[in-house]
Amino acid sequence: MDLKIGPDEATDAERQAVDDLIGAHGGATIANGERLVLGGVRRAAERRHLLLPGLHALQRSRGFISAGGLNHLCESLGVPPADAYGVASFYDLFSVEEAPDTVVRVCDDIACRINGHDAIEAALGDAGLADTSRLDSPCLGLCDFGGAAVVQRVGTDLRGVRVVAGPAEPVIESHLPSGPRLLRRIVGSDVASLDAYLDAGGYRALRSAVELGADAVIDAVSAAGLRGRGGAAFPTGVKWRAVADQTGPTKHVIANADESEPGTFKDRVLMENDPFALVEALTVAGLATGSTNGWIYVRGEYPVAVDRLRAAIAEARAADLLGTDVLGAGIVFDIDLRVGAGAYICGEETALFNSIEGFRGEPRQKPPFPTTHGLFGQPTAINNVETLVNVLDIVTDGVEVYRELGTADSPGTRLFCLSGAVARPGLYEHPMGVTLRQVLGAAGGLVDRREMRATLLGGAAGVFVDATSLDVPLTFEDTRAAGITLGSGVVMAFDETHDLRDTAARIAEFFRHESCGQCVPCRVGTQRQHELLAHTFGSGSFDAELFDDLAAVMKDASICGLGHTAASAIGSAVRLGLLT
Amino acid sequence: MSMVEPGVAAVDLTVDGIAVQVNAGETILDACSRAGIDTPTLCYGETVTPVNACRVCVVEVEGSGPLVPSCSRGAEAGMVVSTRTGRVDRSRRMVLELLASSVDLEWADDALRGWIERYGADTRRFPHGETATVAQDPKIHDNLYVRDYSRCILCYKCVEACGEDAQNTFAIAVSGRGFAAQISTEFDTRLDESACVYCGNCIAVCPTGALTGLIEFDLRTAGDWRPEEQTSTQTVCSYCGVGCNLELHVQDQRIVKVTSPMDHDVTLGNLCVKGRFGWQYLGNEIGRKR
Ligand SMILES: Cc1cc2nc3c(=O)[nH]c(=O)nc-3n(C[C@H](O)[C@H](O)[C@H](O)COP(=O)(O)O)c2cc1C
Ligand code: SF4
Ligand code: SF4
Ligand code: SF4
Ligand code: FES
Ligand code: FES
Repeated sequence: MDLKIGPDEATDAERQAVDDLIGAHGGATIANGERLVLGGVRRAAERRHLLLPGLHALQRSRGFISAGGLNHLCESLGVPPADAYGVASFYDLFSVEEAPDTVVRVCDDIACRINGHDAIEAALGDAGLADTSRLDSPCLGLCDFGGAAVVQRVGTDLRGVRVVAGPAEPVIESHLPSGPRLLRRIVGSDVASLDAYLDAGGYRALRSAVELGADAVIDAVSAAGLRGRGGAAFPTGVKWRAVADQTGPTKHVIANADESEPGTFKDRVLMENDPFALVEALTVAGLATGSTNGWIYVRGEYPVAVDRLRAAIAEARAADLLGTDVLGAGIVFDIDLRVGAGAYICGEETALFNSIEGFRGEPRQKPPFPTTHGLFGQPTAINNVETLVNVLDIVTDGVEVYRELGTADSPGTRLFCLSGAVARPGLYEHPMGVTLRQVLGAAGGLVDRREMRATLLGGAAGVFVDATSLDVPLTFEDTRAAGITLGSGVVMAFDETHDLRDTAARIAEFFRHESCGQCVPCRVGTQRQHELLAHTFGSGSFDAELFDDLAAVMKDASICGLGHTAASAIGSAVRLGLLT
Repeated sequence: MSMVEPGVAAVDLTVDGIAVQVNAGETILDACSRAGIDTPTLCYGETVTPVNACRVCVVEVEGSGPLVPSCSRGAEAGMVVSTRTGRVDRSRRMVLELLASSVDLEWADDALRGWIERYGADTRRFPHGETATVAQDPKIHDNLYVRDYSRCILCYKCVEACGEDAQNTFAIAVSGRGFAAQISTEFDTRLDESACVYCGNCIAVCPTGALTGLIEFDLRTAGDWRPEEQTSTQTVCSYCGVGCNLELHVQDQRIVKVTSPMDHDVTLGNLCVKGRFGWQYLGNEIGRKR
């Protein structure tokens, strides 16, 4: 392909930003051979996977992505400008039009809009950001605070603003008979340095895994009954076995840290407070599946997590816990951190692959599945952050101890993200099988002892439940039988004072905004769903048949989970009579 | 049925209760065709990589939760496929209703209008005034062709044709996201300032009339496009030695469009600027317009 590049030139700063990035990546290979290849050699030569980091560099350097800047990036990477523009314009955090030097994105999503903008505006004023440009943002994963914003400013990395606008300071608590598990290094301590992590028992799991060998690790994960915490509840052992059985020379393990489901913040708390746990767990996954390439894909709105993970990876590498001879055991494994740019859909596993590869974050049709055709078309095991951290306990303490908590079909513990009208919002660890009544009780019940009117379980892709579901054991099997879902662990409570029609309309707006646009049922369906709700609340008429048809076509005929679940929460609210 | 190629493994499945045999590697859509079942398709094209985006071809496959796009799912032994269930009908009808509510389908090919009828799609189901559409002005930047994205269903065929499937030019791509997604050059720059080489291969695959030659666009706009009166003459392009087949479409003794047969082994429907537009401006530079 001959590239035709337009006449616009990059500024010196833009050129420098791109050249520095590409220089820092060198050949983008690690010692055991080539990595980062999509569709064969030609794509490798294109180094297209540097497109997303390159766009970040341009956005940071000038506050938007200019034609000249994009031209220089395209020339450097051998990517056609029309294609690169299609990628840049896909992401919320990139502007393809001239933009102010400082832009503040304020969360107006379902948990934060309960508290309004006042507290966060006051905080922005105190920070000297009163007169800067504002944009509304979908959930920023800080729902436990109740008020949140991110600041994009030319020349600097993105910065987060958290304001306690909710009922109370966020808490991090384990409610287990035997002391914290997933939160064991977080509750009441600081494990941001490698030494502290090692003192807290860090890297015992990897040492055990080396001793046990790959097969035994996978057997343990299977015997422990670990299922994915990212929403789909797929058995992790089955996934790992499938990748381990692939014989190709290049395989990948990925930590999905895109966490953008409204109401979800568990992975942020884990990554910010216990970054080495994710690095270690991903290394165990690499060893078990025979993958040498590890990736962590973090949403762009998590600057603290990005910094701490980056530091943790560097420290681990310096200590030979990553690299070409991990633990002196001859294991080759390294981790590349990639940062998203504002797109919920990039948490869908195949969209995430495309995003890393430098393409638009459009999901791929499955089959084929990631275990055979994943990142760069190669075998890939992708797991949620919480799923991976579970593996540490399974490997160190053994299957029996792990199974002491939870039920036979849903062993272990679960992180719940409490927000909304609860008295003490925050992250709670409970055994699987706890009831919603207990979960809400542990969080102090509702603010001012109000009555719960509805609770959103599992986020925007989840379902609303009312008081009749308070005693359903929160396990995979019981929730499925009851027709509800745990999703990503969201528990967002609403009381009589809340207008759930506003909440439902915001959920519809969320899906409309986040649809990748690839398939008709979701691209047009989410648009129409939003119009239907907005219009209905204006006129008082709700066309139930049209809503049902929309819900059905999105669920039946969409390509990916976003479309499949886009009417789920709203449909449940309709059925419970919450929107009248 | 015994149409499978010798030497290629055969796959047995059933479609609407009919036993069908296809070659390994063929799709459910192929199986439907072999069973004599007509399946609507919009983003599928013989000459382009399936992107399975329109979802009008969905079928029910036993054991699969959501419906399955027949155009891109490989047929597997023992599959039980149904194409006439309530779920399939509803999804196909809704896809057509959703498209009709947002896109101007007036110039779409006859097949599309036939499916709207077959599935009883109500093209006015979504109330006017409250319903966003992709309506916009046509882009007319030169005297060769027009891009009218108010007629675009985002089937991706033009992008595939311009990219790896045929032209390798990559002048156009999908930009934006969700309902705002659109086919675009970089920064929506004019086509004559983009990488476009005016091969017109994107026009050849566009199913809705969003991409047309300027002459066709003007005739259609004036209500003077009369395909039933047009004659078509086959010839071989004389500009170079490749030997591309041309079909000259003539209306009122005037060439109004040039295509190449999709099944021609040299072109697969593709041409270059000389074959596609050379008759129009022999030897002239591409003119700028507006
Ligand atoms: C629209 C959409 C967004 C998703 N976002 C995330 C996410 O942010 N984090 C995550 O772990 N999984 C997310 N998933 C699920 C992933 O596709 C995948 O199932 C998961 O990462 C697998 O890991 P697990 O088995 O450990 O849960 C999302 C799925 C969809 C359809
Ligand atoms: S369902 Fe929505 S998000 Fe998923 S591929 Fe289709 S348009 Fe994209
Ligand atoms: S005319 Fe040819 S080069 Fe131009 S956009 Fe269409 S396919 Fe691409
Ligand atoms: S312009 Fe035509 S070919 Fe291109 S995506 Fe739109 S409808 Fe399809
Ligand atoms: S951070 Fe505002 S809703 Fe989650
Ligand atoms: S024709 Fe199969 S999805 Fe479009």
